[in-house]
Amino acid sequence: MIVAEQKPVEEIRQVIAPYERVLLLGCGTCVTVCGAGGEHEVSFLHSALQVAQARSGDGIHSFLEYTVKRQCDFEFLDLLTDKVKEVDAILSLGCGIGVQVVAERFSDIPVLPGVNTSFMGMAKEWGVWDERCAACGDCRLADTAGICPITRCTKGILNGPCAGTKNGKCEANKDMDCAWILIYKRLERLQQLEKMRRYYPPRNFRVIPRPRRIVKKADVKVGKDNG
Amino acid sequence: MANSLFEEKLSSNEFLVTTEIGPPKGADVSEMIHHIDLLKDKVDAINVTDHQSSVMRFPSLGGCLLVKECGGEPILQVTCRDRNRLAIQADLLLAYSRGIRNVLCLTGDSIDVGDHKEAKPVFDLDSVQLLKMVRQMESGKDMGGNELKGAPHFCLGSSVHPEADFIEPQLIKFEKKVAAGAQFFQTQGIFDLASLRRFMQYASQFPVKILAGIIVLASARMARYMNDSVPGIIVTQAIIDELANVEKGKGLQKGIEIAARLIKTIREENLCHGVHIMAVGNEKIVPDILEAAQLVSVHQ
Ligand code: SF4
Ligand code: SF4
Repeated sequence: MIVAEQKPVEEIRQVIAPYERVLLLGCGTCVTVCGAGGEHEVSFLHSALQVAQARSGDGIHSFLEYTVKRQCDFEFLDLLTDKVKEVDAILSLGCGIGVQVVAERFSDIPVLPGVNTSFMGMAKEWGVWDERCAACGDCRLADTAGICPITRCTKGILNGPCAGTKNGKCEANKDMDCAWILIYKRLERLQQLEKMRRYYPPRNFRVIPRPRRIVKKADVKVGKDNG
Repeated sequence: MANSLFEEKLSSNEFLVTTEIGPPKGADVSEMIHHIDLLKDKVDAINVTDHQSSVMRFPSLGGCLLVKECGGEPILQVTCRDRNRLAIQADLLLAYSRGIRNVLCLTGDSIDVGDHKEAKPVFDLDSVQLLKMVRQMESGKDMGGNELKGAPHFCLGSSVHPEADFIEPQLIKFEKKVAAGAQFFQTQGIFDLASLRRFMQYASQFPVKILAGIIVLASARMARYMNDSVPGIIVTQAIIDELANVEKGKGLQKGIEIAARLIKTIREENLCHGVHIMAVGNEKIVPDILEAAQLVSVHQ
């Protein structure tokens, strides 16, 4: 899933300052799970903005709340058409993709980000999210015992640990496990240490030419199943 | 024919002594030149560090050119933290064209331990890939596979960490570095000779030279700080206690004594092929250490 964090209320107030009527738009998928931009957060942000406005006395805003099932797909945005006509700007609490899809769908209205999209990851435990994949375009998990060295090693190196690892932790952050110690231990357990002894050549950054696009029309079903 | 004076010494049976100089933070190189002059005839080669601990400084390449100009034997430290493969290859071509022949290939410390924490970490390559890349350049081809007009040739080294608290993965990496073309290793700081002994029992099967890293500690506080904040360093409690028990102001003296004692033992017991002295900002005391370790006569 995509993990995000809500921007500070002060920053949000600054970006919406020029607009009187603002639609606070939540997203019902990833950002709902990580508590950054679902229905609950939308209503919470609504109150926070009203309180801040009342306290400072300089606000002119009126807010509308709405949360769609998914912002990153045009088909879920159609039901916004009428609401969008009633506002001057949309503050999207979707991830960076959501913000852009909404902006692409509604070309005549400013769409502003309400969250900082952080990474792709998982809930490690209640309230703790960890990054797990950087979409590097060349997945090497088969060689690293299912542990990603690109995201979990601060240097993203491929041929084993640096000398900075101490107590199994990373030199950059004592609270984070050294990815290469984890990889070593798991490969050892799986009796696949030869995978670590192998030489891995430098990464091929050409597999991520930006902007990236995948075209695969033949394989993708058209229709309901695909939603 | 050897690529460098240092490479020639690597193939001899001499006990090797290298040290390192941290370039200044700024354009005033007078103190660095002073240190080079002080050390160049007392050691076999001088490393110049590459933004050590990710702290921005005068460049390693610039420092090595100064060592060369002063008549010393430089070892260029190259890390992968700040430059991608194009920039590193270009630096190596420049280095070679100006007579720098020894290169220490390192991954580099994490950006987070340094003084520009918001910088973009590059790490296009790691230390093993860097070693391979230099060997490929020597064959006349750059990393893109294109012909070089004039191939460089270097004596290559890297680092290894015999005191890592989890040694097995470090040894795998060490073997990869040997296979990739490393000829010599300067170890991370050694404080416990037992671990060096253990490591050498294993490492002596490889055709490489090992120089034990000796860090000069100036106080118990510095030792504790290093344990806490410097990647990989593990100072033993015995050494911390030794430093803590001296009178105020005598810490550095004690540090020199400890360093000299380690060097002497390593040499007398023939534990490895030499030492690499890291005085971390205290370069001027290196001659005192050499003297206390009775190494001066060897190198004059
Ligand atoms: S190697 Fe890591 S970043 Fe790359 S695709 Fe696999 S999990 Fe993602
Ligand atoms: S300590 Fe481990 S995770 Fe951290 S940079 Fe070094 S190898 Fe990577």
